[in-house]
Amino acid sequence: MTNDAAASGVRVHEIYKSFPVPDAPGTSRLALGGISFSIAASELVSLVGPSGCGKSTLLRLIAGLDVSDSGELLVGNEKIVGPSAERGLVFQDPNLFPWLTVRRNIEAGLAARGVLREKRNEVAEFMRLVGLEAFANAYPHHLSGGMAQRVALARALINHPKVLLLDEPLGALDAFTRMRMQDEVLRLWENRRTTMLLVTHDIDEAIYMSDRILIMTQAPGRIDHEIDIDLARPRDRTSASFLCFRSEILEHLHFAGKAVALSV
Amino acid sequence: MQLAVPVASLITFGTHPLIAQKAPPLETHSYMLLFWEILGVSILLAIAQAFWPGLRKWMRHMWPIFTAGILLLGFWDVITAGLHLLPLPYFPGPPAVLRSLISDRALLLDSTWHSLVLLLSGYTLGVIVGLVSGVCIGWSGSMRYWGMPVLKVVGPIPATAWIPLAMVVAPSAIVSAAGLVALAVWFPVTMLTASGISNTRASYLDVARTLGAGRLYLIFRVAIPAAVPNIFIGLFMGLGASFLTLVVAESVGVKSGLGWYLSWAQGWAEYGKVFAALIIMAGFFSTVMTLLFKLRDRVLVWQKGVIKW
Repeated sequence: MTNDAAASGVRVHEIYKSFPVPDAPGTSRLALGGISFSIAASELVSLVGPSGCGKSTLLRLIAGLDVSDSGELLVGNEKIVGPSAERGLVFQDPNLFPWLTVRRNIEAGLAARGVLREKRNEVAEFMRLVGLEAFANAYPHHLSGGMAQRVALARALINHPKVLLLDEPLGALDAFTRMRMQDEVLRLWENRRTTMLLVTHDIDEAIYMSDRILIMTQAPGRIDHEIDIDLARPRDRTSASFLCFRSEILEHLHFAGKAVALSV
Repeated sequence: MQLAVPVASLITFGTHPLIAQKAPPLETHSYMLLFWEILGVSILLAIAQAFWPGLRKWMRHMWPIFTAGILLLGFWDVITAGLHLLPLPYFPGPPAVLRSLISDRALLLDSTWHSLVLLLSGYTLGVIVGLVSGVCIGWSGSMRYWGMPVLKVVGPIPATAWIPLAMVVAPSAIVSAAGLVALAVWFPVTMLTASGISNTRASYLDVARTLGAGRLYLIFRVAIPAAVPNIFIGLFMGLGASFLTLVVAESVGVKSGLGWYLSWAQGWAEYGKVFAALIIMAGFFSTVMTLLFKLRDRVLVWQKGVIKW
């Protein structure tokens, strides 16, 4: 399987986005205060930051589900004007359609574009890719969290998106499933070279998976730092260089060296 | 255990000759015929179950209900024909009701057929219109703005309250009855469909959009399937309302159907026939209800093990 839909880079330029404050009509809160970065084609970039810093907002803007107040979003050379099958999105909740079997859920990507008839032969390939052939006729509520998320990945990938947006896709999984799924996502990425933007609050996950990590700050959300992870894959989570990146990121997030009173 | 039904029927029917010596011979005759039939079948089953485990399981499940039903029949016989505790002619004994069922079987069959036709045409019409209006109101904001007030004001009026108007407006009594049944079904179906559609999880729609879905896909392949559990609640509520409306509409305007038969029998003070009609209605309506349950189980197979209701 080669990448027939060539992966594209993403350019995010001076994006601002504010939301009305529900308690105080007429006022608004700035969620994103001038975000700029770019992702090269076939690059895997992670976005980390404290919760509420606007990571998911940014992802929804790139997906085309929301509209920014100002700024420019480009995939390749095209402006993003709305949602499209070119930009797949996978949420923390797999959001499988519960009324469809695993096979039909994966087919949904093709059916939504009206190309199911021509491309039905690809379905089996994608079920094999995520190792779910045996569950083709199962309904989503019979699947474990990890399996459901693999279906969601296959459903998004079957459209050969130029960019895959991942909004904490492994956030709801237990630690072991999560590490296995990180390898799984990496395998899919290496296999297909789809450009990926991964939102996560798990620093280890970001270091383990990405080429580059963008660190966001809160209120309003801004890109604070950018760290290139120049480690060869597969990466060793316990190596000295891995831990070194870890403390660097913690430092940027102001958690390093200090006794931080965590207010949760 | 396997002999509970034969024993119960012996008790029930054995008491009958003792308490009803003055009963008309024809009534007693058919009642006793029923007794021999029940006795024969239950003894045959009791023998057959020894060789057939599936039947034994079914019998173990159903036998207590059957036994209680037959004993209840005996109890009814005792308090009516036996002890005259209930006033006649309003409460005839089971032999009299059975006799009415048999002697009026052609008319009852015909009435059931007419009711079925009326029910199905009215229900189908109401469901179709209700689904369309429910999807429109649930999906489109402007449809909701204009449709919801109408639904909220007109919907709660019982369909039977329209009878005086319907009889004037409609070209025939049958059409007006079908229209009233449709109206009774339309309200709950619209209401529940609309709420199901508008409560579709936003993330399902978001996912579908990022898969490249257009508006038709979002409505027909995401919102409507997501609303189906709700829609079925509307279908059940509508079915209940349609039974009520059917019986009332038939007894006022239409000159056929079980509702008409019921009020006609009452007019002649033939309460045996009233009970006969009630028994037919019970069987008829519960069969229709069961069919809808079966349909739901088929359509909502994906919910199996998730929700029970």
